[in-house]
Amino acid sequence: MTSAIPPGVPRLELSHISKRYPSVVANDDVSLIVQPGEIHAVLGENGAGKSTLMKVIYGAVHADAGEMQWNGRQVRVANPAEARRLGVGMVFQHFSLFETLSVVENIALVLDEKFDLARLAGRVKEVSERYGLPLDPYRAVHGLSVGERQRVEIVRCLLQNPQLLILDEPTSVLTPQAVLKLFETLKRLASEGVSILYISHKLHEIRALCDTATVMRSGRVTGIADPREETDASLARMMIGRELPVCHTEPYTGDAATVLTVNQLTLASDDPFGTALKDISFDVRAGEIVGIAGISGNGQAELLAALSGEHTVAPDRVVMASQPVGHLDAGQRRDHGLAVVPEERLGRGAVPGMPLWGNAILTAHRQGLRRYGLLRFGAARDFARRCIERFDVRCGGVEAAARSLSGGNLQKFIVGREIMQAPKVMVVAQPTWGVDVGASAFLRQTLIDLSRTGVGIVVVSEELDELFEICDRIAVLAQGKLSAAVPKAQTNAEQIGLQMAGLKMAGAHQDTETAHASA
Amino acid sequence: MIELLIPVLAATLGAATPLLFAGLGELVTERSGVLNLGVEGMMLIGAIAGFACAVDTGLGAWAGLAAGTLAGAASALLFAIPALSLAANQAACGLALTIFGVGLSAFIGQSYVSYSLPGMQPLPIPLLAQIPVLGPIFFQQSAVVYLSVIVFGVVWWVLARTRLGLLLKAVGESPEAAHAIGYPVLLVRYGATLFGGAMAGLGGAYLSTVYTPLWVQNMVAGRGWIAIALVVFATWKPSRLLLGAYLFGGVTILQFHAQTLGIKVPVQLLAALPYVATIVVLVLISRDRRLLQLNLPASLGKPFLPG
Repeated sequence: MTSAIPPGVPRLELSHISKRYPSVVANDDVSLIVQPGEIHAVLGENGAGKSTLMKVIYGAVHADAGEMQWNGRQVRVANPAEARRLGVGMVFQHFSLFETLSVVENIALVLDEKFDLARLAGRVKEVSERYGLPLDPYRAVHGLSVGERQRVEIVRCLLQNPQLLILDEPTSVLTPQAVLKLFETLKRLASEGVSILYISHKLHEIRALCDTATVMRSGRVTGIADPREETDASLARMMIGRELPVCHTEPYTGDAATVLTVNQLTLASDDPFGTALKDISFDVRAGEIVGIAGISGNGQAELLAALSGEHTVAPDRVVMASQPVGHLDAGQRRDHGLAVVPEERLGRGAVPGMPLWGNAILTAHRQGLRRYGLLRFGAARDFARRCIERFDVRCGGVEAAARSLSGGNLQKFIVGREIMQAPKVMVVAQPTWGVDVGASAFLRQTLIDLSRTGVGIVVVSEELDELFEICDRIAVLAQGKLSAAVPKAQTNAEQIGLQMAGLKMAGAHQDTETAHASA
Repeated sequence: MIELLIPVLAATLGAATPLLFAGLGELVTERSGVLNLGVEGMMLIGAIAGFACAVDTGLGAWAGLAAGTLAGAASALLFAIPALSLAANQAACGLALTIFGVGLSAFIGQSYVSYSLPGMQPLPIPLLAQIPVLGPIFFQQSAVVYLSVIVFGVVWWVLARTRLGLLLKAVGESPEAAHAIGYPVLLVRYGATLFGGAMAGLGGAYLSTVYTPLWVQNMVAGRGWIAIALVVFATWKPSRLLLGAYLFGGVTILQFHAQTLGIKVPVQLLAALPYVATIVVLVLISRDRRLLQLNLPASLGKPFLPG
């Protein structure tokens, strides 16, 4: 399909692309060359401008300046449909699938051909099997696991015979085994002449997969390298401008009484697309961090609701410091010393339009911010000010609206607000999701330090690296069931990954993805 | 007994027809994620436009129906411009359209109060009309009743079998995703909203030119609201909407017959029966939250502007 193009002409060449938004320069004079059959990494932190650059290529965003050459010919991509006609396929970070439609219906929506679902279903099966991405074309998307959804996106792109495939953070939702499987597929595509743009901030993946890496920081290109000849440290320097920060953990020496127990918790989901919890039991002792690994959608939202008190259960299902609290609502559990940092910072952790001092009142009103049922605004401002100083929140002061803060700074504020209430138990969901490397390290260290003061912490996260860095014990939540929490020294990423895919037997020599798909 | 039921069932189809038109229109609109609460107003505008056209031109009921359809679509545009292009609150825009339609139709209708139209003769379908029991119920109706069933068939087919129907559902579920893969979300929503308006207008014009061929102020009498309720009752599925429309049409006719049979129940109570039935059925249906959520267009009522 590329026979008409003379050899040596790059598949894609971007020259001096710039894109400005009112408050930020997303891309500043970015140039990029991708050869046919090349796997090219675009490496950078959240907010470095990677996603904007990909949207420019895909026609979803228009650059203010710069040129794009496609197979040696200058093009202006007006919209995604035109990009697809050129041969650009994109797998989005947050999937662009329609939950209530079936796999084949989702695929039919992006193909410009005669509407014939039965014939298309046959082609979907054929392509998905050829590339080792098994799929049932007639299943509804809401019943699919995240890995299967990604397969739908990839197969959808492949059916359009792309010459360039863009993958935006494709592994953030995959188990380690599924990542290896994906890499095999991508290498096979590259060997067939498809160029691949691989967006990620995970250094080891890029070193394992990619031929070339373009590194971005704050909207600019800071380096072009062959990742196979670089080290994590050298790539990190290009990406964040300094060494990767490391967390320090010290053993806990205090009294390790059990502070939180969950007993045989079974809970149906309120969400028709959710996962029911089946017989979940675990405990958390003072001074430790228990990590709950697993891919979102396996009961994470339901477990968090049951822990925070947003969903009440029978009293003895959740016990805090030998007191049954299952029947108490979120506010009453906070009175008993529970702190919660939810996954959605804006909307659940903080009210977007309210100033920081107002957001401080929301949970910290128990800390003397009210008197005779009335709020003490001065005390609230003072509380917010102390939180900002102690946790290094970069913002426009206590009057700044929550939505004006970057993800990392807002998370520091929310975590800080909870820590300043001296909790006995803290539940944290996706603590560093969408947070830059510096703030992530700060947050992780903060959680470790908090636990060493005798607080029991539960961290629910999709990031395995993060859990291995900060947790003392790790359990896996898959398909609504929780495995036993194992000390992290006694397990590894591979075993956890197998459990995430829903397999009980750790270390089984089996093709986990196929087993998962047919389960 | 059957002899008694035949006229009731035959009249049910006629009574259900405006609900079916308006309900199908609103179903398509809501499937695209647009909540237009102006159905009552659009039906009234369609009703007066149809009646005025039929009276003034003397071209008969079909001209009135066409005028009502166009007027309904035009009034839907009054909703669509602020609610879609300007991303204003859809509930507020829809309510405003209803209030506007009530007022405008009453104002224009003042000079048409004394007129009446000949209506429309039934169109028996050859052979089929001769079938005992079924013939008189289904095949001796006016042509507009057949048209409503054809519209139902077309809407069902488009939603279930075509790319357009798939696109409509996709836009209603996630306009962001539909935009990301390159579909013109606003265009689809405009189309669905105008279709909804056209069908509401047609339903209204049927009331004023065929069903009771004269103009009475506020003659739609809450049918627009019933149609909106029916769409929810039908969980956004056309076949259930058909069932629902005939159910409520049947209750409407039954209460007329109950009145003539001299059943000792206050007339006001009987007249309230179809509305009570709506509420009861809605409450029963809404108890199953899973069913509702599975079919609910996820973006219903949420404005979307392509970025």
